[in-house]
Amino acid sequence: MAEEKKLFKVTIDNITVDVEPGTTILNAARLIGGEVAPPAMCYYSKLKGSGGKCRTCLVEVAAGSTADPRPMPKLVASCRTTVMDGMIVKNITSERVIDARNGVVEFLLLNHPLDCPVCDQAGECHLQDLSYEHGKEGTRYEFNRRTFKKHDLGEYIQLHMTRCILCYRCVFTADQLTNKREHGVLDRGDHSEIATFIEKSLHNDFIGNVIDVCPVGALTDKTFRFKNRVWFTKPMDAHRDCPKCSGEVQLWMRGEEVYRVTARKDEWGEVKDTTDGKPGWICNECRFEKKEARDWVIEGPSHIDRHSVISQGHYEKLVTPKDTLPEVMGGRPPKLIMDIHDVSEVNRPEIKLSEIEGPAHSDDFNQ
Amino acid sequence: MAVKLLLDKAHVEGIRTYEVYRREGGYRSVEKALKQMSPDAVTEEVKKSGLRGRGGAGFPAGMKWSFLAKPEGIPRHLVCNADESEPGTFKDRYLMEFLPHLLIEGLIVASYALGSNATYIYIRGEYAWIPDILEHAIEEAKANGFLGKNILGTGFDCEIYVQRGAGAYICGEETALIESLEGKRGNPRIKPPFPAVKGVWDRPTVVNNVETLAAVVPIINMGGEEYAKIGVGKSTGTKLISACGNINKPGVYEIDMTISVEEFIYSDEYCGGIANGKRLKACIPGGSSVPILPANLLLKTAKGETRYMNYESLSDGGFATGSMMGSGGFIVLDEDQCVVKNTYTLARFYRHESCGQCSPCREGTGWMEKILKKIDSGKGSKSDIDLLWDIQRKIEGNTICPLGDAAAWPVAAAIRHFRDEFEWHVNNPQECLTRNYGLAHYADPRPVAV
Repeated sequence: MAEEKKLFKVTIDNITVDVEPGTTILNAARLIGGEVAPPAMCYYSKLKGSGGKCRTCLVEVAAGSTADPRPMPKLVASCRTTVMDGMIVKNITSERVIDARNGVVEFLLLNHPLDCPVCDQAGECHLQDLSYEHGKEGTRYEFNRRTFKKHDLGEYIQLHMTRCILCYRCVFTADQLTNKREHGVLDRGDHSEIATFIEKSLHNDFIGNVIDVCPVGALTDKTFRFKNRVWFTKPMDAHRDCPKCSGEVQLWMRGEEVYRVTARKDEWGEVKDTTDGKPGWICNECRFEKKEARDWVIEGPSHIDRHSVISQGHYEKLVTPKDTLPEVMGGRPPKLIMDIHDVSEVNRPEIKLSEIEGPAHSDDFNQ
Repeated sequence: MAVKLLLDKAHVEGIRTYEVYRREGGYRSVEKALKQMSPDAVTEEVKKSGLRGRGGAGFPAGMKWSFLAKPEGIPRHLVCNADESEPGTFKDRYLMEFLPHLLIEGLIVASYALGSNATYIYIRGEYAWIPDILEHAIEEAKANGFLGKNILGTGFDCEIYVQRGAGAYICGEETALIESLEGKRGNPRIKPPFPAVKGVWDRPTVVNNVETLAAVVPIINMGGEEYAKIGVGKSTGTKLISACGNINKPGVYEIDMTISVEEFIYSDEYCGGIANGKRLKACIPGGSSVPILPANLLLKTAKGETRYMNYESLSDGGFATGSMMGSGGFIVLDEDQCVVKNTYTLARFYRHESCGQCSPCREGTGWMEKILKKIDSGKGSKSDIDLLWDIQRKIEGNTICPLGDAAAWPVAAAIRHFRDEFEWHVNNPQECLTRNYGLAHYADPRPVAV
C-alpha cells in the first residue's frame, strides 16, 4: 500500500492551508484566494518555465519550514519558490513586500506609454489592475520613454513593443504550443524587444494564443483593433465543432455582432481548462475567422467578476430566489405583526374619504 | 618578499610552452592527485585549504565542490568561468595569457575531484587572442598524456573545451554562463535549482573562477593545511589583485592578504603610490560592483583599525563603512577624479549590461543612469539625489541575479560617502562643468609629502 501523501502546511498572511509538496507559494496563495494571492504579471501556470521575471509576486518568507525556521534574507519570487512544511509567508501583511511591490510597479510603468485611452487591452489589462492596486498616482520619471515601431506578426497579430513589459509569456507560448521556435527576445536591458527574427510573420494554427497570454496591450488582435471597447461588449460562452481545438471559446458580442473571439479565462486571467481538462488554447480559425453568431452555439453569458469594468453593461441570466418565504420560515405563513389601522388616530373609519370634495384636509378630521 | 604561489614562475622565459612549464615543476599536482589520491581526498584537501572563490562572492570552493550532486549514471561537469568582465578586473587575463598551463593543470585536478570528463572554459569574447593560447596549451597537455583518454594510466578521462562568449558581462553570472554555454541567450536562471544540481544540460555542474582553479595546483602540491597557513583568518592563500587607476604601477599583483591597504597602495613593491604626486581620494577595492570607499575609510576602518587587504578586513563595517574584496579589481581615484562622473560611468555600464529579464534591473539601471547623467551635467536637483537613493534601494535584493545588486551598490556607496559632492554638483551647475570637487572631508589622512 502506498503511503498517503503527506501534505505541507503553509501559512500565508496568517491563513493556513494544506498543499501538496512541490506547490509554489503563489499557487498555495491562490488556493486561499482573494488579496492573499500575490499579483503575477509574468507567471502563467500553463506555460512551463514562466515566472520569476516581473518581481511583482515577491513575498517575504518569515520562516523557511518547521525543520529550519530561519527567515529567508531576501524577498522571494513566490511563483518560483516551492513551499516547505511549516513555512510562514507574509504577503500583504509585510511592509517590505508592499514597498518592494510599489517599486516594481513604478519600474514597470517607467517605460510604459500609459496610452490606455487608445489601447485595446484597456479594461482587461493586468498592468492597469496592478497599478490601480499597488501603484502611485504620479511618476517620478522625467525622461523620454522608450518607443518602438509597431510590427505585424503575420496577418492577424500586431506587436506594439512600446507597451511590452517583457514578461516572456508569448515567447514561452510560441515555443511550447508550436513545434519550432519562432519568437524570441532581441537585444538586452531596457532596449530588449520581443521579435520574430527578423520580422518574419508567424504562421501557425495556434499562434493567436499569444494575444491571450499577453498581460498588456503589446500583442493585439488585428481583427478587433479599435473596433470596440471591451466594456461595451458582452462576453458569451460559446462553442463549435472544431477539428483543431476544443472549440470552447468566449465571444465578445455587441447586439448580434461578434466582435472578438478569445479563449475562456479563469479568475487569474489565465486560459481556462476545457471541459475535458486540457488547457483551453484555441486555434486561429476559431479566433480570427469565425466572426458570425451563426458559426457558434451560444451557451449563455460568461461570468465576469463584478470588480471588472467589463461587468458594467453586462447582463447575466435572471436569478430567481431558490427559497420562498414560507420555506425560509419553516412552513409558517408570514404573519401580520402590526396593523397600522388599529393604532392610527388619523384614520377615523366613520369619515368616508370618498364623500369629501377635493383633497382631504385636517379640518375634515377634526369635526 | 611576499609569498608567490601562482605567479612565481610567470617571468620564466617560455613558461607558456609545455616543456618549460614541465621543467619548472609543472603538472606535479596532476601526478600526485591522480596517482596517490582519491577524488574525495582532493576535495577534502581543498576544503582544508580554506580556499575561497576568487570570482567575487568569496564562497569557500571546497564547500561548493562538496555540494555537487552525484546521481548515478549522469555525467557531471566542471566549468571554468573566464568571463572576466568586471570593470577594473584583469587578473584572469594575465593568468591565462602567461600561465595557460597552470590553469589547465588546475582544471585537470579539479575535474578529477569532481568526476568531470568534459570540462569547459567559458572565456569572454573580448579576450580574442587568449582562446588560441589556451587551445594550444590543451593540445600540448594532450600530446603529453595529461588530457584525453586514460590520463597517466589511471583510467581517468578528461577533455577540456574552450568556448568563447560574445561579450556580455551578464554571462559571468554562473547560470547565465551555463545558458550561454548551451547556446542560448545569456539570461540568468531562476534559482533554485542551483547548478550543483542542475547546471549545464541539466547535469550537476560546478562553476569556478580561473584563479580559484589555478589555486588548486599549489594546494595539492603543498597540502591544504600548509596552504591555509598563508594569509590570515578565513582569507587563506594568496590573491591576485589587478590594480589600476591613478597609481604609479598599475598591474597584477599577488598578495598573501596580510598586508595593509596603505602598504599596497604606497609601497614600491606594489602600486608605488598615487601617480603624479597627487593625493588619494577614493578607491573601489574589489571591482566596479563593490562599494566605493573614501580615503579615510579605506586606510582605516570605522573603529580606527588598520584596514588590510583581505576578505574580512575590507568588509569590516558592512556596507555602511566597509566594502568588499570582490574580484580583486583595485581601482584607485586621486583628488582630480569626480565621483559623480565615475558613478555615472559605472551606471552606464550596468544599464548596458543588464539582460533585461527582470523589471527592477531592466528599468532601474536605465533610470539611475539618466539621473546621474543629469546631475553630472549640472542639471540635477536635490530631490534627484534622494530619488537615486530610493531607486537603488528598490533594485537591491529584488532581482533574479546579483547584477541588480552590483548596479545598486556603487550608486548607494557613492551617495552614502560622497553626498556633499553630489550636492555641490546640484548647487553649482556651472562650476561643476569646469572643475572637480576635490578632496573635502574624506581627505587623504596621510601627511602631505614635502
